[in-house]
Amino acid sequence: MSVSVDVHDLSIVFGSGPQAVRVLPGVSIAVQPGECFGLVGESGSGKSTVLRCISMLTDFWQGEIRIGGRFVREIPLGERCRTLQMVFQDPYGSLHPRQSVRTVLHEPLAIHKLDDREDRMRRAITDVGLPVSFLDRFPHQLSGGQRQRIAIARALILEPSLLLLDEPTSALDVSVQAEILNLLQRLRDERGFTYIMVTHDLAVVDHMCDRFAVMLLGEVAEVLPRDAIAGNQATHPYARELVGASLAYEGTRRAQG
Amino acid sequence: MTDMTHSIRMPASLRALGNIVLFLLRSPTSAFGLLVLALLVLAAVFAPWLATHDPYVQDLGNTLQAPGQGHPFGTDELGRDIFSRLVFGARITLTIIFLVSIVVGPIGLVIGTSSGYLGGRFDTVMMRITDIFLSFPSLILSLAFVAALGPSLNNAIVAIALTSWPPIARLARAEAMTFRNADYIAAARLQGASRLRIIVKSIMPMCLPSVLIRLTLNMATVILTAAGLGFLGLGAQPPLPEWGAMIATGRRYMLDNWWLVTYPGLAILSVSLAFNLLGDGLRDALDPKQMNRR
Repeated sequence: MSVSVDVHDLSIVFGSGPQAVRVLPGVSIAVQPGECFGLVGESGSGKSTVLRCISMLTDFWQGEIRIGGRFVREIPLGERCRTLQMVFQDPYGSLHPRQSVRTVLHEPLAIHKLDDREDRMRRAITDVGLPVSFLDRFPHQLSGGQRQRIAIARALILEPSLLLLDEPTSALDVSVQAEILNLLQRLRDERGFTYIMVTHDLAVVDHMCDRFAVMLLGEVAEVLPRDAIAGNQATHPYARELVGASLAYEGTRRAQG
Repeated sequence: MTDMTHSIRMPASLRALGNIVLFLLRSPTSAFGLLVLALLVLAAVFAPWLATHDPYVQDLGNTLQAPGQGHPFGTDELGRDIFSRLVFGARITLTIIFLVSIVVGPIGLVIGTSSGYLGGRFDTVMMRITDIFLSFPSLILSLAFVAALGPSLNNAIVAIALTSWPPIARLARAEAMTFRNADYIAAARLQGASRLRIIVKSIMPMCLPSVLIRLTLNMATVILTAAGLGFLGLGAQPPLPEWGAMIATGRRYMLDNWWLVTYPGLAILSVSLAFNLLGDGLRDALDPKQMNRR
């Protein structure tokens, strides 16, 4: 149940008239079914915007986005929701502060009129490694890592085949980051999800992704396989610099540790 | 399954309510507000038992009695017991507040949240309409309304309701606009939730606390406007024991018989003060930044 994602010549303009800003001048990426594809780059390079375009949260883009060979604009809303889901960066902002976990997980089931709701909710919450008793908790009774697990459970409950991960670990402690990454890794091994993962952290890419794209000013500078990190085999100067800086940082960290 | 969620949710909301009341009682000002309002509600509920006389029965041999001698607050120009009239007047005041609030709260909330979330042309049209209502001084618009429809308590309630929803709509809109770009709204959209569903299930619960606070503070204004309309003879009609109307008739005897206007005046003052203090207390109690304490 994996799907491929093809983004071709995606561009988006914010604002109009003289203030118009072209954020993505023309992005093209191709993600294989079942692949974990990373998007790295500095802040403001358009990584998150690409995800928001793919998920149609932002819908005024030009170009082509195909999920499993179908144009994303032509997939009906309900089916699109059951195909792709998103996990957000900030677990403190992505859960409704006044909704219990039960409500959060129940809503998508009610919207899509699925049955066996209690079973599905229990399965989703055990899948992310939390006890069933957490169903009756509210977000302020959960830690950051637990919230992010709930956010992942919410994304899983409609059984999508494509997960868009918008820096899912950057707001978390290092030890919790590893837990969440391992959880995502395990889910992918079990279900064969396709992941598109935005991150700042090349160590995360090294851990999770098969390939990654380095983005610069809204354009894909270079697409590299994971193995290219270790020896810094990037050819584009910016990508080389980025990978090199990350390696140097990791090196000093290891030397100190 | 639904039964189960309800049985789980009810005690939680009751506990939250208890916590809010405890929080209010901790500060002296909001405790005073709560106390006065409790008295008002008790007076309204137990009016027939509390009142020493029938509020409508005239006793022309016993007019303009000073406080004392079986009439704790004295009697008015028709010999009616002022204390009993005040106690029954609490019912009228509560009716006005209740009816205005249940009309104004939902209207303001619906218009505000939907225009705040939907934005665009809908927002523009809705906000121009609220601007029109906002630009009238509320008492003047109420006056015009009552003048057109004829003076009565019901018309006064409609008139007050008409003039007091725009500030609430404005507030709800401002709140909705801060939440519309939150990640949990984006998540709800990705789940395929309709706009209506997002407004009702995600936006409204977030706007509710500030709307409730605003509504409570608004009640003071409502009481004053109702009393003002009563005073001008455009609200409750005689012989209804409405506090504003009582002051209006007592005005003529004010210089020699101070108790005719003092006691209803004190009643209006303390109740509107109580609502203001309670509203302030609620603002602290429902502050979302302190939600973790509950």
